[in-house]
Amino acid sequence: MLTPVVDDDGAPFWEYAARGELRVQACAGPGCGELRFPPRPCCPHCHSFDSEWRRMSGRGRVWSYVIPHPPLLPEYAALAPYNVIVVELAEAPRIRLVGNLVSGPDAPLNSVAGERIRIGARVQVVFGADGGDGVRLPRWVLERP
Amino acid sequence: MAGTGAAGLKDATAVVGIGQTPFAKQLPDSEKALACRAILAALDDAGIPPAEVDALASYTMEETDEVEVAKAVGFGDLSFFGKVGFGGGGSCATVAHLASAVATGQATVGVAWRSRKRGSGPRPWKNTAVQLPTPAQWTRPFGLLRPADEIAMLTRRYLHEYGATRDHLFNVALACRNRANQNPAAMMYERPLTRDMYMTSRWISEPLCLFDNCLETDGALACVVVSAERARDCRRRPVYVHSAAQGLPAQHHGMVNYWNDDPLTGPAWTAARHLWKQADFTPEDVDVAQIYDAFTPLIPLSLEGYGFCGRGEGGAFTEGGALEIGGRLPLNTSGGGLSEAYVHGFNLINEGVKQLRGTSTAQVPDAATCLVTAGEGVPTSALLLRN
Repeated sequence: MLTPVVDDDGAPFWEYAARGELRVQACAGPGCGELRFPPRPCCPHCHSFDSEWRRMSGRGRVWSYVIPHPPLLPEYAALAPYNVIVVELAEAPRIRLVGNLVSGPDAPLNSVAGERIRIGARVQVVFGADGGDGVRLPRWVLERP
Repeated sequence: MAGTGAAGLKDATAVVGIGQTPFAKQLPDSEKALACRAILAALDDAGIPPAEVDALASYTMEETDEVEVAKAVGFGDLSFFGKVGFGGGGSCATVAHLASAVATGQATVGVAWRSRKRGSGPRPWKNTAVQLPTPAQWTRPFGLLRPADEIAMLTRRYLHEYGATRDHLFNVALACRNRANQNPAAMMYERPLTRDMYMTSRWISEPLCLFDNCLETDGALACVVVSAERARDCRRRPVYVHSAAQGLPAQHHGMVNYWNDDPLTGPAWTAARHLWKQADFTPEDVDVAQIYDAFTPLIPLSLEGYGFCGRGEGGAFTEGGALEIGGRLPLNTSGGGLSEAYVHGFNLINEGVKQLRGTSTAQVPDAATCLVTAGEGVPTSALLLRN
């Protein structure tokens, strides 16, 4: 499976994720505090280069989802059809994360059937196991399975 | 015309030559050879010798290098050359850049082209070494691998938010296929599409099925741009570049623009504002449209963005044969990317020119104005052509 190619701006996200924390970059400029995703060097609102990483509750809603079918990369084709979802975070609906709806932290991509997914469904973040590369992916489970 | 600001582009230049190769799943020629064939055909159509060409424009994803093409075809000294980014979003901008160069006196004869072997060659999305660094680190690991998956994500939300249906997407696929059935050069010539075929076809990325996706094509196209003054002496009836625009919205995020505040209003909206501001006519006056159709849902999104209907009304707009010949807005009259050929939208430019010359295989009677657009979802571009 593909793993994130981490860049300087995104590195803190993945470091917190490795500890099981979902954090989003926020401007640390005076009086600003705007959240932004994906991470970037400076704030588009106040242009400060100071940022902090704000811990999120990990709750959200399904904004949209797709069910990919082949042709796909071989390791993904082996799991198809699986789901990919976009989650809008409960405390910051315009921060949206791509992920997968799974039956548990280390369950496969196809562990929740497409028919069970609804736009608006409430979800909670979980973190998969470190695959040996130091990266733990945020994943999502239904709040009411 | 030079130095008069934006109004200086209006009708100052014209497309006077178009050329193309055959379109097929597999062609024996290399991309470079295909590019040369299309360019020479376009120059022959214009009646201009290659040695007079002094400006070039293409796409950043175009792999035929301009130095090689210039040498192979025998261009003169070049004073302008450029490439436009963002894949299919760059199509109309190639013509727009040439028009700007010619209108401001930086060049006199410009050639734009696109050559691809996407039918028999590799899939760009499979190149994960190139694709994976940011921002793809936020999408690819989760299995959102292909453009079809990224657009399907927007589509699901669009269908949910506005009550649009798969029948609306089918209307788009059908209009393109019907036009391709009139076009002997189209890959889908003599291959009719039915609703049953559409509804029972295999999924690519739910909610998008096989017929929601563009064709995999080998082929090349080119066109020639000169000043309006010079155009009067060319072999063919000039097709004027009336208005041109690019669009990269504030806080846009490429094809995965569900990271934007308002993901269902994409780059089309930004390009449209500038396009219409510079034009002498409005969407109601457009006789025929060539709207970028790598995926069917780009049509309702673009219909809204370019002002043919209100927000959320793009699906309903397709009802009642609106996109067919004789309908409210005849669309993609060569068959488009869905049914003629997918050459990053360049066939839409050439088809727009054919409509205004009166030589399309699915001619809209007395067509005098045509909208051509580039890929929606990515930073885009658009042209208003008139005769």
